[in-house]
Formats: sequence, C-alpha cells, structure tokens
Amino acid sequence: MEASRTLLAHHFRDLDQQREAQLAGMWIFLATEVLVFGVLFTGYTAYRTIYPEAFAAASQHLNLFIGGINTIVLLSSSLTMVLAVYATRAGRRRMQVACLVLTALLGTLFMVFKAAEYTIDYYDELVPGMKFNQQEWLAQRVNPREVQLFLMFYYIMTGLHALHLSIGIGLIGVQAVLAWRGRFSPANYMPVDLAGLYWHFVDVIWIFLLPLLYLVGTRTSLA
Amino acid sequence: MSTLVSPAPAPAPQPAAAPKNYLNVAYGLKSWLLTTDHKRIAILYLVTISLMFILGGLAASLIRMELITPDGNLVEAQTYNQLFSAHGIIMVWFFLIPSIPTVMGNFVIPMMIGARDLAFPRLNLASWYIFVLGAAVVLWTILRGGVDTGWTFYPPYSTSSSYTNVIPVAAGILISGFSSILTGLNFVVTVHRMRAPGMTWFRLPLFIWSLYATSIILILATPVLAMVLLLVAVERITGFGIFDPALNGDPLLFQHLFWFYSHPAVYIMVLPAMGVVSEVFPCFARKNIFGYRFVAFASVAIAVFGFLVWGHHMFVAGQSAYAAMTFSVLSYLVAVPSAIKVFNWTATLYKGSIAFDAPMLYAIGFIAMFTMGGLTGLFLACLGLDIHVHDTYFVIAHFHFIMVGGMVMGYMSALHFWWPKMTGRKYPEGWGRLAALTIFFGFLMTFLPQFLLGYEGMPRRYYHYPPEFQVLNVMSSAGATILGAGYVLPLLYLLWSLKYGKPAGPNPWGATGLEWQTRSPPPTDNFEVTPTVTTEPYNYSQEEVPRGG
Amino acid sequence: MSERVIPQRVYYAVFACLIGLTLLTVGLSFCELGAWHTMAGLAIAACKASLVALFFMHVLYSGRLTWIMLGAGLFWLLIMMSLTMADYLTRDWLAY
Repeated sequence: MEASRTLLAHHFRDLDQQREAQLAGMWIFLATEVLVFGVLFTGYTAYRTIYPEAFAAASQHLNLFIGGINTIVLLSSSLTMVLAVYATRAGRRRMQVACLVLTALLGTLFMVFKAAEYTIDYYDELVPGMKFNQQEWLAQRVNPREVQLFLMFYYIMTGLHALHLSIGIGLIGVQAVLAWRGRFSPANYMPVDLAGLYWHFVDVIWIFLLPLLYLVGTRTSLA
Repeated sequence: MSTLVSPAPAPAPQPAAAPKNYLNVAYGLKSWLLTTDHKRIAILYLVTISLMFILGGLAASLIRMELITPDGNLVEAQTYNQLFSAHGIIMVWFFLIPSIPTVMGNFVIPMMIGARDLAFPRLNLASWYIFVLGAAVVLWTILRGGVDTGWTFYPPYSTSSSYTNVIPVAAGILISGFSSILTGLNFVVTVHRMRAPGMTWFRLPLFIWSLYATSIILILATPVLAMVLLLVAVERITGFGIFDPALNGDPLLFQHLFWFYSHPAVYIMVLPAMGVVSEVFPCFARKNIFGYRFVAFASVAIAVFGFLVWGHHMFVAGQSAYAAMTFSVLSYLVAVPSAIKVFNWTATLYKGSIAFDAPMLYAIGFIAMFTMGGLTGLFLACLGLDIHVHDTYFVIAHFHFIMVGGMVMGYMSALHFWWPKMTGRKYPEGWGRLAALTIFFGFLMTFLPQFLLGYEGMPRRYYHYPPEFQVLNVMSSAGATILGAGYVLPLLYLLWSLKYGKPAGPNPWGATGLEWQTRSPPPTDNFEVTPTVTTEPYNYSQEEVPRGG
Repeated sequence: MSERVIPQRVYYAVFACLIGLTLLTVGLSFCELGAWHTMAGLAIAACKASLVALFFMHVLYSGRLTWIMLGAGLFWLLIMMSLTMADYLTRDWLAY
C-alpha cells in the first residue's frame, strides 16, 4: 500500500514490527514516569507516616471543590482522547479532529482551574515563604513546619503534574492541527495512539493525587 | 636500446572499487553530526567519553599528588573537596555509566542480533547530543569551581550550607540522565522487537543478556536520580525543607532516594563488563561458555537484586536497625549471582585452549579484580564490620577494585576485542599485552595499599592524614603513576593503528557471533542479507572455528 | 497494533464508572472513617486507574510485553516505597 511504504522506516521489516516497537518504547517511557512521580509519592508517604496530624490538618484546607471539578474535567478529557484514537482508526476524520480539540480544551480548562486554585491557596495563606500564617496552625496545635512540608509536596506534585499536562496539551494541540490537515488515517494512527497513552498516564497520576492530597482524614467542607 | 621518448607508462590498474563501509560511505562533519547510523554514533560516544576519562583522571592525579605528603600543601582544603567531587562526578556519570553501553553496545547490539540498526536511530543520536549537553554543563561548572559536596550531594550541606555550584552540576547530571534512559529504552525495544529470524532468546550472545539487564536498570533507576536532584534544587532555591532537619525534613529521605538509583548504578557499570567477559572467554579459550542459562539468568538476577540493597550505604546514617539488618541480608544475597558468573567463567577455561591476547589478558584481570572487589563488598555488607570501615579508604579500595579493576578492564578488553571490527585495523599485539600488564600491576599497587589504609583507620575525603599513613599513601600514588602510564599506551597505539595497523578481515579472532560474519569495518546496513540463525551461540568446540583471518 | 478496534460504548461505560467512583471517593471523605480513609481512597483510586489503564490505554487488549512493562514499573515503585518505609515504620521499634 502506497501509504505504508512511506510510513515504514528503512530499518524495520514491516509496519507491524514498527508499530510494536513504538508501542514498547512509549510504555517504557511511561514506566520511567511512574518512577519519577514515585519519588514524590515515596517521600510523601514517609512524611505522612511520621507527621499524620499535620498532614491531615493541612489537607483539610485544600480546595476540594476545585480539585473535584478538575478530576471530572481530566477524566472527561481522557474519554475524548480515547475517542479520538477510535475515530482515527475508524477513519472518521471530523470526529477525530473534534475529539482532539476537545481534549486539548479540557486540558486547558484544568490548567485554568488549577491557576485559580493556586490563587485561592495564596489568599488562604497556604504558600510557605510567600504567604503563610504560623499562628493559625499553632492555634490548632499543629506544627507549622510539618504543614509546610505537606504544602511543599502539594505544590511540587501538582506542579510537576501540571507541567506534564501542559506538554500534553501542546502535543495534542499540534496533533489536532495535523489531523485537520488529514495527516492521520487508519494506516497512520500510531502518533495519536501514543499521545493518548501519555495523556491517560497524566490522568492516572491525578487519580492518585486526589485522595492522597485532598482526602486525608475526614473532611468537613469542600473548600 | 635507447629510445628517445619513453613510452607513456601504462595507466596503473584501477583497484577494484572497495565496497563502502560505514566509515567511508560519506565524509564531512555534517555526515557525522547528523548520522543515525548506530555505528557512527558509537564512535561519537567513544571520542566523548575518552575525553571525559582523561579529565576525570587529571582530577585523580591531583588528588594522588596531594596525598603523597601527610600535610595539605598542594591544594587547599576547599579545592581538595572540589577535586574529589569532580573526579567522582565525571567518572561515574560521564565515563563509567555510558562507556560500554554507548560505545560497544551501540556498535555491536544490532549486529549481534542480525538487525540493520537500533529500534529508534534518531533517538539514539538525540541521546548523544543530550549527553554532550550534560557534559558541557558539568565541565563548564567544574571549571568555575564545581561542587564540594562529593558526588553524593548529601543534604543539608548541599541544600543549605554549600556555597558552590550545586544547581548547575545537578542540572548537568540530570540532563545526562535522559541520555542514559533513552539509550536503555532503545536497547530494550531493539532486543525485544528486532531480532533476526531464528535468533531466539537463548541463542542471544550473553553480551546482549548483560546489556539487556543493564538497560532495565538504566530505565528504572535513572528517573529516580533525576527527581531527587530536582528536589535538591527546589530546596536550595526555595529554602524550604524537604530534607532539611531544621525544617522537620529528613536528610535520610534523600539518602534513601539517592541510593535507590546509585546502588543499581554500580551494576549499570559492571554488568556490561561482565557481558564482555562472557564474549571474550569462550573466544580465547576456544570453548563453549559453561552454563549459558546460568549466566544469562544471573545477569537479570543481578539487575533485580541490585535494587534491593541500597541501604547498605546508610548503615551508620541513622536508619532503623531493622532496616539495616534487612539491607545487610539482601546485600549478601546479591553477591550470589555474581559468584555464579565467576564460577561459570572459570569453568569455561577448564580444558580450553587459551590464548593470551590483550582482550583475554584484560578479561582475566577483570576476574581477579572483580572477585577481590566483590569479596570486600561482603566485608562492607556486614553491619559490625561496616561500622569500623565505613567512610574509610577501605570503601574506596573496594569500589575502585570493581570500577577500575573490574569495569575499566572490561572496557579495555571490549575495546581491543572489537577494535578490528570497528576500524578494520589490528592494533599491535605486543604493545597491547604490555599495556594490559602495566595497567594490571599499576592498579594493584595503587589500590591494594588503600585496603590497609582504610582498615587502619584513614578516612576518605581527607586531604591530610596522620604521618603513619604516609608509606602506604606514597605506594598508592606511585602505583597511580604506573596506572596512568598504562592508560596512555592504548591511547597512543590505538590511534597509531588507525593509519598503520594491519588491515583486519571479517573475523580476526575466529569468534562466533553474527557481528563477525560481516566485513570489518561493516557496511552501513550491517549485513548484505539479513542472516537467519540456526546454531547455538559459542559453538566453538563443534565447528572448530579457525583463528585468524 | 493488531488489536481490534473497541466499540465506543465500552469507552462511555468506563467513563460512567470513573465518574461514579470519583463521586464516591469525594463523598466518603465526609464520612467518619477514621483510619480507613487512606485505604478507601487508595482502593478507589486503584480501581479508577485500572479502568483507565485496561480500557483507555488498551492494556486489556495488549500483548504480553505491555503487561510486563506496566508490571515492572509498578513493581519497582513498590520496591522503592516498601524498603524505604521499612526504615520509617521501624524507627521506633528499638529503644537505645
């Protein structure tokens, strides 16, 4: 098939071998990402074990309303992403473009809400070094330095996640444009498939961040 | 009879057009800097890491010069700290970890499995560029003073107190880490998906098994290092504790995460060298490897077990006694697969017809040094003993026996073994053997005294010491000079051989393996026709593969 | 990828489950679960992550190598966390 011949790199036997290799490569990359985030999860687990009260108290102050909405937004973007892959393989170009655009838009929406959340955190005096109220925590009989540890992990983990998400949005955005120009097809669907794997991985990280950061202990309010 | 006009000399017969190989298929800087040929990329790496080895060696020379006298009189204390930090950082990340995988691995893996290239050739080139970028950042920073934290970057010193360039050096190492990961990724996908027809897993050369195991570590350990260095940078920039005890952080958390990478890292260094020995021993003993499956599985076992032992670097750091005991037991266990390999290699020699060419001399040296280094590792794995020798020269001697006596000898063995294949030239064998022996004896003279020094109590990373340690230190520095001379020799004669060495045929050693069935140097696509594999590896005894040619 | 194309309705069904589980985990956080909060939260997260991996990332329909690589990543994470926690959880055990 004409299309296959230009798609196939010269060092591969056939398209199947090439696709399998690309898939294997992407999964290995995701395995490395598991370990990158894993460092943060490990550190977080260690400190949460030795500072349970401070972590529980600090977690209450995070904005679960935005966190929850963001979770729904990201899960929706995963749906639109996998539908984009489906559409590419089924040869449905308009659906493909629409889904890719929606995925990028939902991702951007997440970032907007996240920025809003960080702003609210700032006004809630939850930013070590910039705006932080020691007395408030001392009054609750909680060690403010331990709270700051929690907050450092919160910002680093959600920040790293946001960075990965931004890269994903850029990638999907580019693919949306290419899709609109007809670059992808049932024969050439791997780039969308691989981008989808990355996107879903970023979603999975958030799936774990939600309970670990926002749902420590019994909550009394959403914000 | 005389003639007035000499007849025009007949035109010299045109030599039959030499078939193009990967070296002469294109000339010019662009053809090298934009290549995706795994063999050219291997040469690019060879040049880069040789340069880094020289720079790391220079730092070591200054260290050994300082240690000739008990007082600190060559350099200041601060400079000495920067020197050993630079030596460690350059050698670990910019020589030992890349060496065999990026040079020999890149060159030989596709050929050994009968493929035309690695799975991701452009990613391979990107790997090299990323490596060069990381090296440039680190070298530039070292020229401006580098760091004085040691290669281990322990907080809170590295995050709060040190005034040196922690963040740029950490950044350079982080960048080079991506290079490692991409190389490992490339190798794993290649071995899984690009083997020639008939090349089943148990027909693979053991070098492939070793590099596969190495790649597992590269992929799974290096990301942890990247993240940990990032956290050090964050703490340094924001001033907020993740590891700072003054802010309720735990410095031991850093050590756990750092050594989670850095212990497996030493297996990244030694596994490829073991793979080389597995190739060289059967060839130069003209015998099938003893216990192929044991060696293959032992390689993977080393990679896996190597991840379970990191706490033995932290026995006196303050971790819980129960964790220490667990890590101690696991550290004893990790020695078992290595020992299995040494037994198998030795059994390979039994009743073999042994030739002592340079690759073999280096490989035998590896066995001796690695065994000694490995056994002294068991000393260190023992909790009680470690309390006595931790942070002394005993530790330094232990890891240099494995790194230099083991890994670098493995690298030299590989370099000499595959040199004819890579360059199409033979190196002068007499000089090769002389260099091997010089390195062997120079090495022993440098590092054996250090075991004694450490056991008697000389701490590491000190630039002055009690006068009673001077004799052994002088011996060690003298040995280092001999060792240095030994390393200069191959630099000279290998370069010499590029122009004046005897041309090599496809298989000068009479070795088995697909890479020896194609020309030296190989064509760009490695094989004229994709080979089909029907025989077991290392079938020396069966086929009476002749030497030479 | 030689796997067959999965029908759309599978994706919608999985999505519905994911939303449901999200509402569940947020709702549970308002109940008095005491020490069980962590377990519950992580268990639900594990379910959601599994759904995303198996269906959205097509792991369920993938070959053995994909399963191995995913498994390896998770297993190594487990090694890092458990041996590190072995230190933190046992620090109080021996009084000197």
